[in-house]
Amino acid sequence: MTLEQQLTRPLSLDRRIFSYFMSAIAVLFTGLALLPLLSVLFEILRQGLPNLKWEVFTNLPAPAGDTSVVGGFANAIQGTVLMVSMAALFSVPFGIAIAVYLSEIGKSGAIAQTVRFVLSILSAVPSIVVGVFAYAVIVLSTIFGYRGFSALAGSFALAVIMLPIVVLSTEEALKLVPKHQRLASAALGANSMQTVFKIVLKAALPSITTGVLLAIARASGETAPLIFTALFSQTWVEQILNPTPSLSVMIYNYSSSAFPEQTQMAWTASLVLLGLVTITNLLSRLITQKR
Amino acid sequence: MLHSISQSELALSAQNVDVFYGDRKALSSISMDIYLGQVTAIIGPSGCGKSTFIKALNRIGELESEMRVQGQLEFFGQNIYSPRVNLNRLRRQIGMVFQKPNPFPMSIYDNVAYGVRVFSRVSRSLLDEMVEKALADAALWDEVKDNLKKSALSLSGGQQQRLCIARALAVKPRVLLMDEPCSALDPIATMKIEELINSLRQEFTIVIVTHNMQQAARISDRTAFFSTDESRIGQLVELDDTQKIFSSATNSRTRDYVEGRFG
Amino acid sequence: MTTSRFRETTVSDSIEGGNTAWIDLGFAWGLRILAISTIAILLWMGWIIFNQALPAIRSFGLGFITRQEWDVNQLQFGAKTYLYGTIVTSAIALLFAVPIGVMIAIVTSEKFLPGWLRSTLGFLIELIASIPSVIIGFWGIFVLIPFMKPIQSALHQQFSWIPLFGTETFGPSLLVAGTILAVMILPTIAAISRDVMLAIPQDLRTASLSLGATRWEMITTVLIPASLSGIIGAIMLALGRALGETMAVTMVIGNSDQVSLSLLDPGNTIPSILANQFPEALDELHIGALMYLALILFALTLVINMIANSIVKTFGLKQ
Repeated sequence: MTLEQQLTRPLSLDRRIFSYFMSAIAVLFTGLALLPLLSVLFEILRQGLPNLKWEVFTNLPAPAGDTSVVGGFANAIQGTVLMVSMAALFSVPFGIAIAVYLSEIGKSGAIAQTVRFVLSILSAVPSIVVGVFAYAVIVLSTIFGYRGFSALAGSFALAVIMLPIVVLSTEEALKLVPKHQRLASAALGANSMQTVFKIVLKAALPSITTGVLLAIARASGETAPLIFTALFSQTWVEQILNPTPSLSVMIYNYSSSAFPEQTQMAWTASLVLLGLVTITNLLSRLITQKR
Repeated sequence: MLHSISQSELALSAQNVDVFYGDRKALSSISMDIYLGQVTAIIGPSGCGKSTFIKALNRIGELESEMRVQGQLEFFGQNIYSPRVNLNRLRRQIGMVFQKPNPFPMSIYDNVAYGVRVFSRVSRSLLDEMVEKALADAALWDEVKDNLKKSALSLSGGQQQRLCIARALAVKPRVLLMDEPCSALDPIATMKIEELINSLRQEFTIVIVTHNMQQAARISDRTAFFSTDESRIGQLVELDDTQKIFSSATNSRTRDYVEGRFG
Repeated sequence: MTTSRFRETTVSDSIEGGNTAWIDLGFAWGLRILAISTIAILLWMGWIIFNQALPAIRSFGLGFITRQEWDVNQLQFGAKTYLYGTIVTSAIALLFAVPIGVMIAIVTSEKFLPGWLRSTLGFLIELIASIPSVIIGFWGIFVLIPFMKPIQSALHQQFSWIPLFGTETFGPSLLVAGTILAVMILPTIAAISRDVMLAIPQDLRTASLSLGATRWEMITTVLIPASLSGIIGAIMLALGRALGETMAVTMVIGNSDQVSLSLLDPGNTIPSILANQFPEALDELHIGALMYLALILFALTLVINMIANSIVKTFGLKQ
């Protein structure tokens, strides 16, 4: 065989078949992976969009089986916003404080390493177990004379879920602030609290916001911990020590409903919830990209 | 450029100072005096501990890493490492300018005002005055006076470094430490800063670390030559009037270094 | 003297005294206490669940794990059904998600496709992970189950001699639950495996290719083996998530109390029975049994995640 023949001869058949086969599998698997995503998005838009009327944001759910009234789920939106806000109110300052500790004070010490380890465990706890914890701590206790399902219990569970996310992303954000900025501040005579607040946190703010938004998006979609902490309600949210509705629990409840209007509502609610979560996620990306 | 050494007050004094990073000794038996109102330059090859020394003076070194200091370091007669020392006060009295300009991501005005605000509540008009004076002292006022609200990061490298100097001057330190302030700058910016140091010598005591011997010869009253041997532990080889160091140094190692025979 | 040339200070000239040392100390200690309280939260969580589970632990002991009955009225409880369901659905999920996830990782890390396509693909896969579980479960009920019904029937028709496909299905089943879990853990496997592969030095690939291997040969003989431990870490992490996944599984698994060998039968997992029964549990022993289940789940996910973390950390990967 000449050199030219040696160089231009095609590969043996079995090797070529292997390559084509693997490429085909790659295409197939990629398609399979994308299929559920596309299906979910498609169905939600197809089934949820038609009912996306203004009333959804202003009305209470119609009584089951009553098709004369245009129902909505304004109370569920209320509940989700309320509980996520309460959870953020607790977990964000707490989380940032812990991250400041880890990044500025504890660093690689024993306490800091233990705390990081504990946080990684906390983030891996199934959300239903967190719900069980919140149930035992809050629902079973009497608070201000009230014992039972409440928004307080729900937001407690959500706060525990949000905490590791906030701490992790804040610590990463703080690490990005150059070390010599801290030194320059100290060299001017600022104490550590002043340096942290005026220089470090300020510089890290966009990245911290990103992490917070991600945590909020995650908390908004949680269902399992809310099922037996906040339960659900068909009326407006009036106080935090009462069963409270939420978008996610509503979708769950309506999914097994015998009434088609309710399952239709659930599609629309899914659309709204998914929209909420996606916008929050996109917002968080935008903030760090702008920098 | 020459000032005779009068019996001026001792701004900083080191007696037998050893500096350690953890277990590793970085500087050994440093004894030197820095006089009030003078510019003292510290020269020497890289890695000989020049930066380490000045970072021990304002106790910034211990923030960066495990720095331990043995021996006596005094600031106007007060022991810098006394347990009663308030670190924040010390650092306010001993200012520092770093190698790479590091303005805060704020406006020019806020950068200069930062140190003042950290320590006291000053009326807006007084603060304006202090900012203007600091920027003027740093030879930056004319260039930025119409744009004080602009971000400090929009300035050129040389301007940023002068801003950092202004920022340090605003809190009115008694001593200004400069750690190779021109090494990240172009020759023109460097020249401006040298002029600036010259104009400051009336009001401030300056210690400048530099690897640029010509610079040390141009601007300093006294020069200290640091070096290491095979042990890699820094030592003070010679400290004298600048003119003497550069023309007729006593120690042969100093002569070798300033004549460029080793670097 | 010469000091008259020097400026007046606005604060005293002494470098001693002042209360800022207290601020630094107080600040550091305040933060330290807050950080330590996270440890307290975890311990509290474990303690409370354990405490609440005590009535059941005392009644049933370790045999709880092998008992099958779950009778609320008779107050007889056992974890077997739920452990079985949890393990089976997770196994099915891994079976589907691992090959597909690893393949996606290959496609998004190797240079087959143009860069923009790779990042779009990666983005889309990540998107799945951000969809709330309840929405995926809802879709599962109304789209996946109808879709899989003919498939499941066909499996039963053709393979009923295999116990796995031994029964006729009416929709919700272990198989569907496993499938939906696969959809949910796919992004985890894909993303982490991708990171692992990207971290493999280019030299390894070029060495193989320069010896005449085709791209796919290089991938299967060099890349995958080199990435293996990292991929296993990814699988463990995904398993940890699969074990604890609640909503999507609950909504499509059919909620039965029986342990059945057939994948086409409905079943139950620990998270789904917790979701189903907790809101209405009243009796102390009932709650205790549920808490016992939660404890088992807690311990299980803890162990899996710790193993996964140590594997992933060895490679310095982000999650």
